Amino acid sequence: MLTQKEILSTIEMIDRQHLDIRTVTMGISLLSCCDPDAKAACGKIYDKITRCAERLVRVGEDIEREFGIPIVNKRISVTPMALVAAASDAEDYVPFALALDRAARECGVNFIGGYSALVHKGMTAADEKLLRSIPEALDRTELVCASVNVGSTRAGLNMDAVALMGRIVKETSLRTADRDALGCAKLVVFCNAVEDNPFMAGAFHGVGEAERVINVGVSGPGVVYHALQSVKGAPFDVVAETVKKTAFRVTRMGQLVAQEASRRLDTPFGIVDLSLAPTPAVGDSVARILEEMGLETCGTHGTTAALALLNDAVKKGGVMASSSVGGLSGAFIPVSEDEGMIAAALSGALTIDKLEAMTCVCSVGLDMIAVPGDTSAETIAAIIADEAAIGMVNNKTTAVRVLPVPGKQVGDSIEMGGLLGSAPVMPVHRESSAAFIARGGRIPAPLHSLRN
Amino acid sequence: MNAIVSVIGRDKVGITAAVCVKMAEYQINILDISMTILQGDFTMVMAVDLEKMTAPFGEVADACDALGRELGVSIRIQRQEIFDAMHEI
Repeated sequence: MLTQKEILSTIEMIDRQHLDIRTVTMGISLLSCCDPDAKAACGKIYDKITRCAERLVRVGEDIEREFGIPIVNKRISVTPMALVAAASDAEDYVPFALALDRAARECGVNFIGGYSALVHKGMTAADEKLLRSIPEALDRTELVCASVNVGSTRAGLNMDAVALMGRIVKETSLRTADRDALGCAKLVVFCNAVEDNPFMAGAFHGVGEAERVINVGVSGPGVVYHALQSVKGAPFDVVAETVKKTAFRVTRMGQLVAQEASRRLDTPFGIVDLSLAPTPAVGDSVARILEEMGLETCGTHGTTAALALLNDAVKKGGVMASSSVGGLSGAFIPVSEDEGMIAAALSGALTIDKLEAMTCVCSVGLDMIAVPGDTSAETIAAIIADEAAIGMVNNKTTAVRVLPVPGKQVGDSIEMGGLLGSAPVMPVHRESSAAFIARGGRIPAPLHSLRN
Repeated sequence: MNAIVSVIGRDKVGITAAVCVKMAEYQINILDISMTILQGDFTMVMAVDLEKMTAPFGEVADACDALGRELGVSIRIQRQEIFDAMHEI
């Protein structure tokens, strides 16, 4: 029997500690939409998405209402578009992005992910066409998110693709210069990308997935922060136990919503993603959790250790609460989307180098970081290479989502609004990496990739 | 199907009565009520049975919202599964 205290604690988590379901994402396979005629393929893509996800938003809202838990985002992920478009003779892939955008609008979702290519070992002609179309695709659409996988533990790093992505990030920022490089906020460069990630901008529906699937991402930095306030000064064993218990509760709620959405939409349940996803709202910050552990400011010495504990305890608590855990499952450290990270970056305590170290122990990577507009494509490619190397060697997913904001310098800030938040422009190293990036080729996979 | 109705806000005469009347209007059976004053706020938690409920869930939730505004308190109705999921293994 539930006690009054338990009921009130749940209500307080939702009301005051920003507990919510961050996203219910429907994955849809578009492999059946391949067609030699690009126009016909776009028609099939639009029809299939709008048919499959017709009720997604409404069902999400019904669940919110009945359970009294906010579901912040309803989203769609699709098969990497390079695979679908490859069947056509089209030279220009932008119409495929426009078809995704139209379908997403019709369904009422706030993002659609999967304008993607997997090029970790090599690029097909279709992959290259897709990569080169990304700047225009992100400029001309509003809801489409793009991602490119440039490396993996098994394959190593495709440094030709890394170099190209440096240029593409740069070009995307220039094409969306009037919106503070907003296009780059919808573009993720991965190493070891996962096939069932429900979070944007990196979501796509992998080829190993079913026809349709429901994946759910939970949130809850505010709840963890609040729970840690009750164990001030206690040893780390107590901190870890407290985080685990909280993560268990949060994930149980995610599992319930995932099963309910799956049943109502007649779509198989895929995974619950255990990531702690912050928002720019005060009280919903991962940085503040780290500071609650005893750090004056996130970014100072001790931050990486604090994050390692947090990331591990969230997984340990969450894994028992769900029948199927997947996606990225770790703490996110996006700068612009986390009120505490923004403050730490503004104070100068949090630097890109420290963020890079932090990504060694959490998911996912250098995320939502504004850098000076005059940062070269080679420097961006080198940032991607560093981050991808961390993912490759540590057998984990890493990603880069940076915004070289045209006309902005260190000391300026950009304002993207909503969940994307605002970001101070952070300094990057000024010394050149151009000759390094110009080499191209592949960085071989590490020895421990040979596991068979 | 069971649900939890929670009422939180400044205490005054007639809150419990008004909520119970509203439940009866929709043929919602009250299984259990507990009340307390928590940090100065009146707090009431009711377990209810929705089996014979005469309106869709959304309409009842709207009616609870409206009554809450009228009484100057927050009234919400949530399916019980969410609390079970969080607090029971």
